[in-house]
Amino acid sequence: MARPTDRRPGYSRRAQYGIFTGYVIAILGVVAGIVVLTVSLINPDAFSFARSAAAEVARPMGKASAESRATGQGVFAAIGAYFKAGQQNAELRREVDAARANAVSMQALEDENRRLKALLGIVDPVRRPVASAHLIGSSGASTRRYAVLDVGANDGVRPGQPVRAASGLIGRVIEAGPRTARVLLVTDPDNVVPVRRASDGLSAFVQGASDGRIDIRLINMGTNPVKKGDVFVTSGSGGLYPPGIPVAVATAPNRDGATGHLAADPADHVYVVVEQAFSAQARDDLQRMIEDGAKTAVEEP
Amino acid sequence: MIFEKLTASPEDLVRKRINRAPLPALATGLPWATIMLASMASFSPVIASAPVVPPLAYLMLLAWRMMRPGMLPVWAGLPLGLFDDLYSGQPFGSGIVLWSVTMLVLEVVDERFLWRGFSQDWLAASGLIAAYLGICALVAGLATGYPLPLVIGPQILLSLVIYPVVTRVVALLDRIRLLPLKRL
Repeated sequence: MARPTDRRPGYSRRAQYGIFTGYVIAILGVVAGIVVLTVSLINPDAFSFARSAAAEVARPMGKASAESRATGQGVFAAIGAYFKAGQQNAELRREVDAARANAVSMQALEDENRRLKALLGIVDPVRRPVASAHLIGSSGASTRRYAVLDVGANDGVRPGQPVRAASGLIGRVIEAGPRTARVLLVTDPDNVVPVRRASDGLSAFVQGASDGRIDIRLINMGTNPVKKGDVFVTSGSGGLYPPGIPVAVATAPNRDGATGHLAADPADHVYVVVEQAFSAQARDDLQRMIEDGAKTAVEEP
Repeated sequence: MIFEKLTASPEDLVRKRINRAPLPALATGLPWATIMLASMASFSPVIASAPVVPPLAYLMLLAWRMMRPGMLPVWAGLPLGLFDDLYSGQPFGSGIVLWSVTMLVLEVVDERFLWRGFSQDWLAASGLIAAYLGICALVAGLATGYPLPLVIGPQILLSLVIYPVVTRVVALLDRIRLLPLKRL
């Protein structure tokens, strides 16, 4: 392939100036880019308006693709189900028998729990979700892990609210446009989630490794009691994430914790739920309880 | 049927060629439009939890630039990189810098290596892609303040392998670009 001949335009002043201006703009682009990059490294939210405007523009496209994804997954799941129907039937029968027995004992435990809580005077806060949403996009090529939701500030979504799927935590909202919101996924290195082991409450925190897996780090160093298959759920400390949402399953214990995989892979979930930030909820409940307490105190004498 | 149409030569696709010229909007606008569309590929059905998708828009830019030198102006990295930043999730500005630098580097490559075949082009693209992804990961690591593990290895390999495919797609688009649709 020969090089193009239009690089040396001869004596045409206009063409010479054109080429010169092109280079000037290109170099200015580099300089401007460095400035913009520095600004956005110092203040990551500086250009969020541009990003959310862009996401608004791409929203219909992402929405259409999210719906096609849902249909596609449904079709593949249906086809797969036919192949495994017999074996699955037997397995499910066994599981249902086991679950039925479990359900009875669960019922008893729940009753007991309710009774004990009533005895102690604990009021369980009712967590009402803010919105349910599709995941319509993600930063597939970048080592930062973001996803985009198709709900935004118009639906009551605010930065800081946790996002979860049926099987576990997805991330938290960091930017909310009018009808889209950007979610920092749990796998992003910037996202640190306080967790505890579901079985015994061993506290740790989870940090994304940006390769789809996550690091589980124990708060108490020393001997490492984490075993393969341990499930970690949010502990609720820090007040952002409500307690009890599954986050990670440990796969490979190491010196100061473990690497794990996500309890809820965003790729598997068509719908996610945006919830209230836990601390605000807690504050509201506290407020209500104080008011109730004041009311009863007034009524009592 | 459609495939046959796509692989047909322009002569077969458009019956009348005398007195016809390519549409100016298509001829100059298609590279820009396709690169920008590739930037928006993050709004695709694939919700990735790891960086595995190759940077399609960047590959597209390289392919267009290598196939038609001089068609995209030297400063094209500025607007296209800005647009890519809106969707890529990288810290804002990294696209502007890296894409502008890429255009300048390709200019130097054009000056230094006058006669190149596809393998040399691929080699140059490989170097640029590896550097691009490496610096992107470095900048993202700076933004998070977390030492970044070697998660981009598979992504780099995939990008290098997929580059010839992207070139073929761009070649196809180039045919569409030059379809004689305008009546003179």
